[in-house]
Amino acid sequence: MSEVLVVVEATREFGVKKVTLEMLTLARQLGTPSAVVLGGPGAAEALSVKLGEYGAAKIYAAEGEEIDGYLVAPKAGVLADLVRRVQPAAVLLAGSQEGKEIAARLAVKLDNGILTDVVALDADGTATQVAFAGSTIVKSKVTRGLPLVTLRPNSVNPEPAAAEPAVEQLAVAVADTDKLAKVVQRVAEQKGSRPELTEASVVVSGGRGVGNADNFKLVEELADLLGGAVGASRAAVDSGFYPHQFQVGQTGKTVSPQLYVALGISGAIQHRAGMQTSKTIVAVNKDAEAPIFELSDFGVVGDLFKVVPQAAEEIRKRK
Amino acid sequence: MNIVVLVKQVPDSGADRNLRTDDNTVDRGSANNVINEMDEYAIEEALKIKEAHGGEVTILTMGPDRATESIRKALSMGPDKAVHVVDDALHGSCAVTTSKVLAAALGTLGADLVICGAESTDGRVQVMPHMIAERLGVAALTGARKLTVDGGTLTIERQTEEGYEVVTASTPAVVSVWDTINEPRYPSFKGIMAAKKKPVQTLSLGDLGVAPAEVGFEGATSAVVEHSKRPPRSGGAKVTDEGEGGVKLVEFLATEKFV
Repeated sequence: MSEVLVVVEATREFGVKKVTLEMLTLARQLGTPSAVVLGGPGAAEALSVKLGEYGAAKIYAAEGEEIDGYLVAPKAGVLADLVRRVQPAAVLLAGSQEGKEIAARLAVKLDNGILTDVVALDADGTATQVAFAGSTIVKSKVTRGLPLVTLRPNSVNPEPAAAEPAVEQLAVAVADTDKLAKVVQRVAEQKGSRPELTEASVVVSGGRGVGNADNFKLVEELADLLGGAVGASRAAVDSGFYPHQFQVGQTGKTVSPQLYVALGISGAIQHRAGMQTSKTIVAVNKDAEAPIFELSDFGVVGDLFKVVPQAAEEIRKRK
Repeated sequence: MNIVVLVKQVPDSGADRNLRTDDNTVDRGSANNVINEMDEYAIEEALKIKEAHGGEVTILTMGPDRATESIRKALSMGPDKAVHVVDDALHGSCAVTTSKVLAAALGTLGADLVICGAESTDGRVQVMPHMIAERLGVAALTGARKLTVDGGTLTIERQTEEGYEVVTASTPAVVSVWDTINEPRYPSFKGIMAAKKKPVQTLSLGDLGVAPAEVGFEGATSAVVEHSKRPPRSGGAKVTDEGEGGVKLVEFLATEKFV
Protein backbone atom coordinates (compact mmCIF):
# COMPACT_ATOMS: atom_id res chain seq x y z
CA MET A 1 0.00 0.00 0.00
CA SER A 2 1.26 3.43 -0.80
CA GLU A 3 2.17 5.89 1.88
CA VAL A 4 -0.12 8.80 2.73
CA LEU A 5 1.36 11.68 4.71
CA VAL A 6 -0.78 13.17 7.46
CA VAL A 7 0.57 16.42 8.88
CA VAL A 8 -0.26 16.31 12.57
CA GLU A 9 -2.03 19.19 14.22
CA ALA A 10 -1.89 19.28 18.01
CA THR A 11 -2.18 21.75 20.84
CA ARG A 12 0.15 22.08 23.81
CA GLU A 13 -2.73 21.65 26.18
CA PHE A 14 -4.82 18.85 24.67
CA GLY A 15 -2.34 16.98 22.45
CA VAL A 16 -3.43 15.52 19.11
CA LYS A 17 -6.42 17.38 17.69
CA LYS A 18 -9.51 15.58 16.51
CA VAL A 19 -8.97 16.69 12.91
CA THR A 20 -5.68 14.76 12.95
CA LEU A 21 -7.55 11.59 13.91
CA GLU A 22 -10.00 12.32 11.09
CA MET A 23 -7.09 12.64 8.65
CA LEU A 24 -5.58 9.34 9.83
CA THR A 25 -8.94 7.63 9.38
CA LEU A 26 -9.29 9.08 5.87
CA ALA A 27 -5.68 8.20 5.01
CA ARG A 28 -6.31 4.54 5.80
CA GLN A 29 -8.85 4.43 2.95
CA LEU A 30 -6.23 5.74 0.54
CA GLY A 31 -3.15 3.81 1.67
CA THR A 32 -0.94 3.49 4.72
CA PRO A 33 -0.86 6.58 6.91
CA SER A 34 2.40 8.11 8.07
CA ALA A 35 2.05 10.91 10.59
CA VAL A 36 4.35 13.92 10.24
CA VAL A 37 5.03 15.84 13.44
CA LEU A 38 6.49 19.30 12.88
CA GLY A 39 7.12 20.99 16.20
CA GLY A 40 9.35 21.95 19.05
CA PRO A 41 11.83 19.63 20.77
CA GLY A 42 10.18 16.40 21.97
CA ALA A 43 6.90 17.09 20.18
CA ALA A 44 6.49 13.60 18.67
CA GLU A 45 7.10 11.71 21.91
CA ALA A 46 4.01 13.19 23.54
CA LEU A 47 1.79 12.39 20.56
CA SER A 48 2.97 8.97 19.38
CA VAL A 49 0.60 6.80 21.45
CA LYS A 50 -2.50 8.58 20.18
CA LEU A 51 -1.24 8.59 16.58
CA GLY A 52 -0.64 4.82 16.83
CA GLU A 53 -4.13 4.24 18.18
CA TYR A 54 -5.57 5.74 15.01
CA GLY A 55 -3.41 3.77 12.61
CA ALA A 56 -0.23 5.75 11.99
CA ALA A 57 2.15 3.08 10.68
CA LYS A 58 5.08 5.44 10.90
CA ILE A 59 5.87 8.79 12.45
CA TYR A 60 8.22 11.28 10.85
CA ALA A 61 9.39 13.82 13.39
CA ALA A 62 11.01 17.14 12.60
CA GLU A 63 11.62 18.82 15.91
CA GLY A 64 13.49 21.83 17.12
CA GLU A 65 13.36 25.47 18.10
CA GLU A 66 13.94 26.39 14.47
CA ILE A 67 10.79 24.52 13.38
CA ASP A 68 8.63 26.12 16.00
CA GLY A 69 10.20 29.55 16.28
CA TYR A 70 9.12 30.91 12.89
CA LEU A 71 5.83 31.18 11.07
CA VAL A 72 5.14 27.99 9.01
CA ALA A 73 7.92 28.39 6.41
CA PRO A 74 10.37 25.97 8.13
CA LYS A 75 7.60 23.39 8.42
CA ALA A 76 6.82 23.67 4.72
CA GLY A 77 10.51 23.33 3.89
CA VAL A 78 10.93 20.10 5.86
CA LEU A 79 7.69 18.72 4.47
CA ALA A 80 8.70 19.48 0.87
CA ASP A 81 11.95 17.55 1.35
CA LEU A 82 10.04 14.62 2.82
CA VAL A 83 7.49 14.57 -0.03
CA ARG A 84 10.30 14.59 -2.62
CA ARG A 85 11.97 11.66 -0.86
CA VAL A 86 9.05 9.32 -0.10
CA GLN A 87 6.77 10.24 -3.04
CA PRO A 88 3.53 9.68 -1.09
CA ALA A 89 0.16 8.91 -2.67
CA ALA A 90 -1.32 12.01 -1.02
CA VAL A 91 -0.58 14.69 1.59
CA LEU A 92 -3.30 15.63 4.07
CA LEU A 93 -3.25 18.72 6.28
CA ALA A 94 -5.79 20.20 8.67
CA GLY A 95 -8.15 22.83 7.31
CA SER A 96 -6.94 25.32 9.89
CA GLN A 97 -5.12 28.60 9.38
CA GLU A 98 -1.73 26.93 9.87
CA GLY A 99 -2.63 23.81 7.85
CA LYS A 100 -3.65 25.95 4.89
CA GLU A 101 -0.53 28.10 5.20
CA ILE A 102 1.85 25.13 5.21
CA ALA A 103 -0.06 23.64 2.27
CA ALA A 104 0.17 26.94 0.38
CA ARG A 105 3.96 27.00 0.60
CA LEU A 106 4.23 23.30 -0.18
CA ALA A 107 2.13 23.79 -3.33
CA VAL A 108 4.49 26.48 -4.62
CA LYS A 109 7.66 24.60 -3.63
CA LEU A 110 6.49 21.47 -5.47
CA ASP A 111 4.52 23.28 -8.22
CA ASN A 112 1.62 21.10 -7.13
CA GLY A 113 -2.13 21.73 -7.08
CA ILE A 114 -3.94 22.28 -3.78
CA LEU A 115 -7.52 21.67 -2.65
CA THR A 116 -8.76 23.28 0.55
CA ASP A 117 -11.88 22.78 2.70
CA VAL A 118 -12.17 19.19 1.55
CA VAL A 119 -14.87 17.11 3.27
CA ALA A 120 -14.26 13.78 1.48
CA LEU A 121 -11.52 12.28 -0.67
CA ASP A 122 -11.88 9.26 -2.96
CA ALA A 123 -9.15 6.74 -3.68
CA ASP A 124 -8.79 8.17 -7.21
CA GLY A 125 -8.01 11.60 -5.74
CA THR A 126 -11.41 13.17 -6.37
CA ALA A 127 -12.13 15.58 -3.52
CA THR A 128 -15.49 16.87 -2.37
CA GLN A 129 -15.59 20.50 -1.28
CA VAL A 130 -18.41 22.62 0.04
CA ALA A 131 -18.41 26.10 -1.47
CA PHE A 132 -20.33 29.37 -1.27
CA ALA A 133 -21.44 29.14 2.34
CA GLY A 134 -22.46 25.52 2.04
CA SER A 135 -24.77 26.10 -0.92
CA THR A 136 -22.67 24.32 -3.54
CA ILE A 137 -20.99 20.93 -3.60
CA VAL A 138 -17.89 20.75 -5.75
CA LYS A 139 -15.94 17.70 -6.91
CA SER A 140 -12.42 18.55 -7.90
CA LYS A 141 -9.01 17.04 -8.57
CA VAL A 142 -5.41 18.05 -8.43
CA THR A 143 -4.24 17.87 -12.05
CA ARG A 144 -0.55 18.55 -11.45
CA GLY A 145 1.29 16.58 -8.79
CA LEU A 146 -0.16 14.54 -5.97
CA PRO A 147 -3.42 15.16 -4.09
CA LEU A 148 -2.51 17.90 -1.61
CA VAL A 149 -5.60 18.61 0.46
CA THR A 150 -6.63 20.35 3.65
CA LEU A 151 -9.47 18.61 5.47
CA ARG A 152 -12.27 20.63 7.02
CA PRO A 153 -12.67 19.61 10.68
CA ASN A 154 -15.70 17.43 11.52
CA SER A 155 -15.83 15.88 8.05
CA VAL A 156 -14.79 12.31 8.88
CA ASN A 157 -15.79 10.16 11.82
CA PRO A 158 -12.49 9.24 13.55
CA GLU A 159 -12.13 5.47 14.00
CA PRO A 160 -9.32 3.83 15.96
CA ALA A 161 -7.15 1.13 14.32
CA ALA A 162 -4.19 0.19 16.43
CA ALA A 163 -0.72 0.34 14.92
CA GLU A 164 2.74 0.52 16.42
CA PRO A 165 4.50 3.31 14.64
CA ALA A 166 8.26 3.55 14.40
CA VAL A 167 9.54 7.09 14.78
CA GLU A 168 11.96 8.42 12.18
CA GLN A 169 13.70 11.65 13.09
CA LEU A 170 14.10 13.96 10.12
CA ALA A 171 17.15 16.12 9.67
CA VAL A 172 16.22 19.73 10.30
CA ALA A 173 18.18 22.25 8.27
CA VAL A 174 16.12 25.40 8.03
CA ALA A 175 17.09 27.76 5.21
CA ASP A 176 17.62 31.43 6.10
CA THR A 177 14.81 32.37 3.69
CA ASP A 178 12.43 30.31 5.87
CA LYS A 179 13.43 32.23 9.00
CA LEU A 180 12.07 35.64 8.05
CA ALA A 181 8.95 35.72 10.25
CA LYS A 182 10.01 35.15 13.83
CA VAL A 183 7.53 34.21 16.54
CA VAL A 184 8.66 36.34 19.49
CA GLN A 185 5.86 35.52 21.88
CA ARG A 186 3.04 32.99 22.33
CA VAL A 187 0.33 34.08 24.70
CA ALA A 188 -2.09 31.47 26.01
CA GLU A 189 -5.54 32.82 26.70
CA GLN A 190 -7.91 31.42 29.25
CA LYS A 191 -10.13 28.90 27.52
CA GLY A 192 -11.44 26.63 30.24
CA SER A 193 -12.40 23.06 29.49
CA ARG A 194 -14.67 23.64 26.50
CA PRO A 195 -13.84 21.91 23.22
CA GLU A 196 -12.31 23.90 20.40
CA LEU A 197 -14.99 25.60 18.29
CA THR A 198 -14.27 24.03 14.88
CA GLU A 199 -13.82 20.56 16.36
CA ALA A 200 -16.74 20.48 18.79
CA SER A 201 -19.61 18.01 18.26
CA VAL A 202 -21.98 20.54 19.79
CA VAL A 203 -21.86 24.32 19.34
CA VAL A 204 -24.15 26.71 21.22
CA SER A 205 -24.07 30.23 19.78
CA GLY A 206 -25.52 33.52 20.90
CA GLY A 207 -26.49 36.50 18.79
CA ARG A 208 -27.68 40.05 19.15
CA GLY A 209 -30.72 38.78 21.03
CA VAL A 210 -28.53 37.78 23.97
CA GLY A 211 -28.43 41.48 24.73
CA ASN A 212 -25.13 41.97 26.54
CA ALA A 213 -21.85 40.32 27.50
CA ASP A 214 -23.08 39.30 30.93
CA ASN A 215 -26.03 37.39 29.49
CA PHE A 216 -23.64 35.19 27.50
CA LYS A 217 -23.39 33.18 30.73
CA LEU A 218 -26.70 31.63 29.64
CA VAL A 219 -25.15 30.53 26.37
CA GLU A 220 -22.11 29.17 28.19
CA GLU A 221 -24.25 27.30 30.68
CA LEU A 222 -26.21 25.51 27.96
CA ALA A 223 -22.98 24.75 26.07
CA ASP A 224 -21.45 23.22 29.19
CA LEU A 225 -24.54 21.09 29.87
CA LEU A 226 -24.36 19.76 26.30
CA GLY A 227 -20.57 19.37 26.38
CA GLY A 228 -20.23 21.88 23.59
CA ALA A 229 -18.29 24.92 22.49
CA VAL A 230 -19.58 28.48 22.59
CA GLY A 231 -19.95 30.52 19.42
CA ALA A 232 -21.23 33.98 18.63
CA SER A 233 -22.72 35.76 15.64
CA ARG A 234 -20.97 38.73 14.09
CA ALA A 235 -23.63 41.04 15.54
CA ALA A 236 -22.84 39.75 19.03
CA VAL A 237 -19.09 40.08 18.49
CA ASP A 238 -19.36 43.56 16.96
CA SER A 239 -21.48 44.62 19.95
CA GLY A 240 -18.72 43.43 22.26
CA PHE A 241 -20.73 40.61 23.86
CA TYR A 242 -18.14 37.91 23.12
CA PRO A 243 -14.54 37.74 21.80
CA HIS A 244 -13.90 37.59 18.07
CA GLN A 245 -12.17 34.22 18.06
CA PHE A 246 -15.56 32.65 18.75
CA GLN A 247 -17.29 34.28 15.80
CA VAL A 248 -19.13 31.85 13.52
CA GLY A 249 -19.85 32.99 10.00
CA GLN A 250 -18.54 34.29 6.71
CA THR A 251 -15.75 36.31 8.32
CA GLY A 252 -15.28 33.99 11.28
CA LYS A 253 -15.06 30.26 11.87
CA THR A 254 -16.88 27.67 9.81
CA VAL A 255 -18.33 24.94 11.99
CA SER A 256 -20.01 21.68 11.09
CA PRO A 257 -21.00 20.05 14.37
CA GLN A 258 -23.54 17.29 15.02
CA LEU A 259 -25.70 19.84 16.84
CA TYR A 260 -25.82 23.62 16.42
CA VAL A 261 -27.92 25.65 18.83
CA ALA A 262 -28.65 29.24 17.76
CA LEU A 263 -29.86 31.53 20.54
CA GLY A 264 -31.09 35.00 19.65
CA ILE A 265 -29.55 34.73 16.17
CA SER A 266 -31.68 35.91 13.26
CA GLY A 267 -29.74 33.86 10.71
CA ALA A 268 -28.34 36.48 8.33
CA ILE A 269 -26.44 35.02 5.38
CA GLN A 270 -23.20 36.14 7.04
CA HIS A 271 -23.94 33.76 9.89
CA ARG A 272 -25.44 30.93 7.83
CA ALA A 273 -22.21 30.79 5.84
CA GLY A 274 -20.43 29.49 8.90
CA MET A 275 -22.88 26.91 10.22
CA GLN A 276 -25.37 25.63 7.69
CA THR A 277 -23.61 22.33 7.09
CA SER A 278 -24.24 21.40 10.75
CA LYS A 279 -26.04 18.06 11.02
CA THR A 280 -28.85 19.18 13.31
CA ILE A 281 -29.80 22.81 13.93
CA VAL A 282 -32.09 24.13 16.64
CA ALA A 283 -32.97 27.76 17.28
CA VAL A 284 -34.59 29.96 19.86
CA ASN A 285 -35.69 33.37 18.65
CA LYS A 286 -38.48 35.73 19.61
CA ASP A 287 -39.13 36.64 15.96
CA ALA A 288 -41.20 33.89 14.32
CA GLU A 289 -40.12 35.18 10.89
CA ALA A 290 -36.37 34.99 11.61
CA PRO A 291 -34.59 33.25 8.70
CA ILE A 292 -32.77 30.94 11.14
CA PHE A 293 -36.02 28.94 11.42
CA GLU A 294 -35.83 28.14 7.68
CA LEU A 295 -32.85 25.89 8.37
CA SER A 296 -33.69 24.69 11.85
CA ASP A 297 -34.77 21.13 12.49
CA PHE A 298 -36.47 22.39 15.62
CA GLY A 299 -37.30 25.96 16.54
CA VAL A 300 -38.77 27.66 19.55
CA VAL A 301 -40.40 31.03 19.03
CA GLY A 302 -40.04 32.71 22.36
CA ASP A 303 -38.00 34.69 24.84
CA LEU A 304 -34.60 33.02 25.18
CA PHE A 305 -34.30 34.32 28.75
CA LYS A 306 -37.25 32.07 29.64
CA VAL A 307 -36.68 29.18 27.24
CA VAL A 308 -32.96 28.65 27.84
CA PRO A 309 -33.02 28.52 31.67
CA GLN A 310 -35.96 26.12 31.48
CA ALA A 311 -34.10 23.94 28.97
CA ALA A 312 -31.01 23.98 31.21
CA GLU A 313 -33.10 22.95 34.19
CA GLU A 314 -34.73 20.15 32.18
CA ILE A 315 -31.33 18.81 31.06
CA ARG A 316 -30.11 18.79 34.68
CA LYS A 317 -33.23 16.88 35.72
CA ARG A 318 -32.61 14.24 33.09
CA LYS A 319 -28.96 13.73 34.01
CA MET B 1 6.92 53.25 2.64
CA ASN B 2 5.82 51.84 -0.70
CA ILE B 3 2.71 49.77 0.05
CA VAL B 4 0.77 47.57 -2.37
CA VAL B 5 -2.69 46.32 -1.40
CA LEU B 6 -4.08 43.25 -3.13
CA VAL B 7 -7.74 43.69 -4.00
CA LYS B 8 -9.96 40.98 -5.43
CA GLN B 9 -13.35 41.47 -6.99
CA VAL B 10 -15.76 38.79 -5.80
CA PRO B 11 -19.46 38.02 -6.20
CA ASP B 12 -21.46 39.58 -3.36
CA SER B 13 -21.56 37.03 -0.55
CA GLY B 14 -24.94 38.41 0.50
CA ALA B 15 -26.59 37.11 -2.67
CA ASP B 16 -26.94 33.78 -4.43
CA ARG B 17 -23.59 32.65 -5.84
CA ASN B 18 -22.98 30.00 -8.48
CA LEU B 19 -20.40 28.21 -10.53
CA ARG B 20 -20.86 28.35 -14.28
CA THR B 21 -22.25 25.24 -15.93
CA ASP B 22 -20.10 25.61 -19.06
CA ASP B 23 -16.60 25.81 -17.58
CA ASN B 24 -17.04 25.37 -13.78
CA THR B 25 -15.59 28.80 -12.93
CA VAL B 26 -17.18 31.34 -10.59
CA ASP B 27 -20.16 32.93 -12.30
CA ARG B 28 -19.20 36.61 -12.33
CA GLY B 29 -21.40 37.59 -15.26
CA SER B 30 -24.72 37.36 -13.47
CA ALA B 31 -23.44 38.28 -10.01
CA ASN B 32 -23.31 41.59 -8.23
CA ASN B 33 -19.53 41.98 -8.04
CA VAL B 34 -17.96 43.82 -5.12
CA ILE B 35 -14.60 44.33 -3.42
CA ASN B 36 -13.77 41.35 -1.25
CA GLU B 37 -14.81 42.58 2.19
CA MET B 38 -11.57 41.67 3.95
CA ASP B 39 -9.59 43.71 1.39
CA GLU B 40 -11.23 46.91 2.64
CA TYR B 41 -9.50 46.31 5.98
CA ALA B 42 -6.22 45.86 4.11
CA ILE B 43 -6.74 49.18 2.31
CA GLU B 44 -7.57 50.93 5.59
CA GLU B 45 -4.44 49.55 7.24
CA ALA B 46 -2.28 50.70 4.32
CA LEU B 47 -3.76 54.19 4.45
CA LYS B 48 -3.15 54.41 8.20
CA ILE B 49 0.50 53.43 7.71
CA LYS B 50 0.90 55.99 4.93
CA GLU B 51 -0.66 58.68 7.12
CA ALA B 52 1.74 57.88 9.96
CA HIS B 53 4.92 57.16 8.03
CA GLY B 54 4.48 58.65 4.54
CA GLY B 55 4.82 56.81 1.26
CA GLU B 56 2.49 55.64 -1.42
CA VAL B 57 -0.38 53.13 -1.60
CA THR B 58 -0.99 51.15 -4.80
CA ILE B 59 -3.90 48.82 -5.46
CA LEU B 60 -3.08 45.61 -7.35
CA THR B 61 -5.92 43.59 -8.88
CA MET B 62 -5.91 40.61 -11.17
CA GLY B 63 -9.26 40.14 -12.83
CA PRO B 64 -11.43 40.68 -15.89
CA ASP B 65 -12.28 44.10 -17.36
CA ARG B 66 -15.23 44.59 -15.05
CA ALA B 67 -12.90 44.52 -12.03
CA THR B 68 -12.25 48.18 -12.94
CA GLU B 69 -15.37 49.06 -10.93
CA SER B 70 -13.86 47.58 -7.79
CA ILE B 71 -10.53 49.27 -8.48
CA ARG B 72 -12.23 52.70 -8.66
CA LYS B 73 -14.12 51.91 -5.49
CA ALA B 74 -10.87 50.97 -3.76
CA LEU B 75 -9.19 54.15 -4.98
CA SER B 76 -12.07 56.23 -3.62
CA MET B 77 -10.99 55.24 -0.11
CA GLY B 78 -7.70 57.06 -0.67
CA PRO B 79 -4.94 54.99 -2.34
CA ASP B 80 -2.77 56.83 -4.88
CA LYS B 81 -2.93 54.58 -7.92
CA ALA B 82 -3.74 51.11 -9.17
CA VAL B 83 -2.35 48.34 -11.33
CA HIS B 84 -4.79 46.01 -13.08
CA VAL B 85 -3.50 42.71 -14.43
CA VAL B 86 -5.99 41.81 -17.13
CA ASP B 87 -5.68 39.21 -19.87
CA ASP B 88 -8.22 36.84 -21.40
CA ALA B 89 -5.77 33.97 -20.98
CA LEU B 90 -6.06 34.29 -17.15
CA HIS B 91 -9.62 32.90 -17.12
CA GLY B 92 -9.66 29.56 -15.28
CA SER B 93 -6.43 30.11 -13.33
CA CYS B 94 -5.97 28.18 -10.08
CA ALA B 95 -4.52 29.55 -6.84
CA VAL B 96 -1.00 28.35 -7.63
CA THR B 97 -0.90 30.05 -11.03
CA THR B 98 -2.63 33.16 -9.71
CA SER B 99 0.15 33.52 -7.17
CA LYS B 100 2.67 33.31 -10.00
CA VAL B 101 1.01 36.20 -11.84
CA LEU B 102 0.61 38.35 -8.72
CA ALA B 103 4.23 37.72 -7.72
CA ALA B 104 5.36 38.75 -11.21
CA ALA B 105 3.28 41.94 -10.99
CA LEU B 106 4.63 42.71 -7.52
CA GLY B 107 8.11 42.24 -8.93
CA THR B 108 7.52 45.26 -11.17
CA LEU B 109 6.27 47.41 -8.28
CA GLY B 110 9.10 47.10 -5.77
CA ALA B 111 6.86 47.17 -2.70
CA ASP B 112 8.24 47.41 0.84
CA LEU B 113 4.98 46.06 2.15
CA VAL B 114 2.20 44.05 0.55
CA ILE B 115 -1.07 43.97 2.51
CA CYS B 116 -4.03 41.77 1.69
CA GLY B 117 -7.16 40.36 3.28
CA ALA B 118 -6.68 37.03 5.07
CA GLU B 119 -9.10 35.32 2.68
CA SER B 120 -11.61 36.08 -0.03
CA THR B 121 -15.29 35.48 0.52
CA ASP B 122 -15.65 33.43 -2.67
CA GLY B 123 -12.89 30.83 -2.41
CA ARG B 124 -12.00 31.22 1.29
CA VAL B 125 -8.80 29.38 0.44
CA GLN B 126 -6.49 31.57 2.56
CA VAL B 127 -3.32 30.54 0.70
CA MET B 128 -2.40 33.58 -1.39
CA PRO B 129 -0.19 35.54 1.07
CA HIS B 130 2.08 32.57 1.78
CA MET B 131 2.20 31.55 -1.88
CA ILE B 132 3.27 35.04 -2.90
CA ALA B 133 5.81 35.33 -0.07
CA GLU B 134 7.24 31.93 -1.01
CA ARG B 135 7.69 33.06 -4.61
CA LEU B 136 9.16 36.44 -3.72
CA GLY B 137 11.39 35.06 -0.94
CA VAL B 138 10.04 37.59 1.55
CA ALA B 139 8.45 37.23 5.00
CA ALA B 140 4.75 36.50 5.41
CA LEU B 141 3.02 37.81 8.54
CA THR B 142 -0.44 36.36 8.17
CA GLY B 143 -3.75 36.63 9.97
CA ALA B 144 -2.95 39.93 11.70
CA ARG B 145 -5.40 41.44 14.15
CA LYS B 146 -2.85 44.18 14.91
CA LEU B 147 0.07 45.55 12.91
CA THR B 148 2.77 47.94 14.10
CA VAL B 149 5.41 49.49 11.87
CA ASP B 150 8.69 50.71 13.37
CA GLY B 151 11.05 51.76 10.61
CA GLY B 152 11.65 48.61 8.60
CA THR B 153 10.40 46.31 11.35
CA LEU B 154 6.88 44.94 11.25
CA THR B 155 5.19 43.25 14.19
CA ILE B 156 1.81 41.57 14.16
CA GLU B 157 -0.47 39.91 16.66
CA ARG B 158 -2.20 36.90 15.24
CA GLN B 159 -5.06 35.02 16.83
CA THR B 160 -4.51 31.30 17.31
CA GLU B 161 -6.76 28.65 18.78
CA GLU B 162 -4.81 28.73 22.04
CA GLY B 163 -4.45 32.49 22.35
CA TYR B 164 -2.31 34.71 20.16
CA GLU B 165 1.18 34.94 18.74
CA VAL B 166 3.39 37.98 18.30
CA VAL B 167 5.38 37.65 15.07
CA THR B 168 7.97 40.02 13.67
CA ALA B 169 9.79 40.49 10.37
CA SER B 170 11.70 43.06 8.40
CA THR B 171 10.46 44.62 5.19
CA PRO B 172 9.92 43.65 2.46
CA ALA B 173 7.05 41.48 3.64
CA VAL B 174 3.51 40.32 2.93
CA VAL B 175 0.95 40.96 5.69
CA SER B 176 -2.59 39.57 5.69
CA VAL B 177 -5.27 41.00 7.93
CA TRP B 178 -8.56 39.91 9.48
CA ASP B 179 -11.51 42.21 9.98
CA THR B 180 -10.59 42.69 13.64
CA ILE B 181 -7.68 44.98 12.74
CA ASN B 182 -9.48 48.27 12.09
CA GLU B 183 -12.68 49.93 10.93
CA PRO B 184 -12.47 50.77 7.20
CA ARG B 185 -13.35 54.34 6.28
CA TYR B 186 -16.20 55.17 3.93
CA PRO B 187 -15.18 56.92 0.72
CA SER B 188 -15.95 60.64 0.87
CA PHE B 189 -17.58 62.47 -2.02
CA LYS B 190 -14.22 64.12 -2.65
CA GLY B 191 -12.56 60.71 -2.59
CA ILE B 192 -15.03 59.33 -5.11
CA MET B 193 -14.45 62.27 -7.47
CA ALA B 194 -10.66 62.07 -7.06
CA ALA B 195 -10.68 58.31 -7.75
CA LYS B 196 -11.95 58.92 -11.28
CA LYS B 197 -8.71 60.73 -12.12
CA LYS B 198 -6.23 58.46 -10.38
CA PRO B 199 -3.90 56.49 -12.65
CA VAL B 200 -4.81 52.85 -13.34
CA GLN B 201 -2.11 51.01 -15.24
CA THR B 202 -3.08 47.81 -17.02
CA LEU B 203 -0.60 44.98 -17.40
CA SER B 204 -0.98 41.98 -19.70
CA LEU B 205 0.71 38.61 -19.34
CA GLY B 206 3.16 39.74 -22.00
CA ASP B 207 4.11 42.75 -19.87
CA LEU B 208 4.86 40.38 -16.99
CA GLY B 209 6.79 37.84 -19.04
CA VAL B 210 4.34 35.07 -18.20
CA ALA B 211 3.37 32.71 -21.03
CA PRO B 212 -0.38 32.15 -21.57
CA ALA B 213 0.16 28.38 -21.29
CA GLU B 214 1.37 28.84 -17.70
CA VAL B 215 -2.01 30.23 -16.58
CA GLY B 216 -5.73 29.78 -17.21
CA PHE B 217 -7.18 26.32 -17.71
CA GLU B 218 -4.04 25.13 -19.47
CA GLY B 219 -1.70 26.02 -16.64
CA ALA B 220 -4.08 25.19 -13.80
CA THR B 221 -2.84 22.68 -11.20
CA SER B 222 -6.35 21.63 -10.16
CA ALA B 223 -9.72 21.37 -11.83
CA VAL B 224 -13.36 21.29 -10.85
CA VAL B 225 -14.80 18.04 -12.21
CA GLU B 226 -18.45 18.70 -11.42
CA HIS B 227 -20.61 20.75 -9.10
CA SER B 228 -24.17 20.83 -7.89
CA LYS B 229 -26.35 22.93 -5.64
CA ARG B 230 -26.73 21.49 -2.21
CA PRO B 231 -30.42 20.84 -1.52
CA PRO B 232 -31.56 23.72 0.69
CA ARG B 233 -32.35 22.82 4.27
CA SER B 234 -36.01 22.80 5.03
CA GLY B 235 -37.28 24.09 8.32
CA GLY B 236 -38.57 21.44 10.72
CA ALA B 237 -40.94 21.75 13.64
CA LYS B 238 -41.43 25.21 15.09
CA VAL B 239 -43.24 25.71 18.37
CA THR B 240 -44.26 28.90 20.09
CA ASP B 241 -43.25 29.09 23.71
CA GLU B 242 -46.28 29.07 25.95
CA GLY B 243 -44.39 28.25 29.11
CA GLU B 244 -43.08 24.86 27.97
CA GLY B 245 -40.67 25.90 25.18
CA GLY B 246 -37.52 24.92 27.07
CA VAL B 247 -38.88 21.49 27.96
CA LYS B 248 -40.00 20.90 24.37
CA LEU B 249 -36.55 21.87 23.13
CA VAL B 250 -34.93 19.32 25.44
CA GLU B 251 -37.46 16.68 24.41
CA PHE B 252 -36.37 17.19 20.80
CA LEU B 253 -32.69 17.00 21.81
CA ALA B 254 -33.44 13.79 23.70
CA THR B 255 -35.10 12.15 20.67
CA GLU B 256 -31.97 13.05 18.69
CA LYS B 257 -29.84 11.60 21.52
CA PHE B 258 -28.04 14.83 22.40
CA VAL B 259 -29.31 14.69 25.96
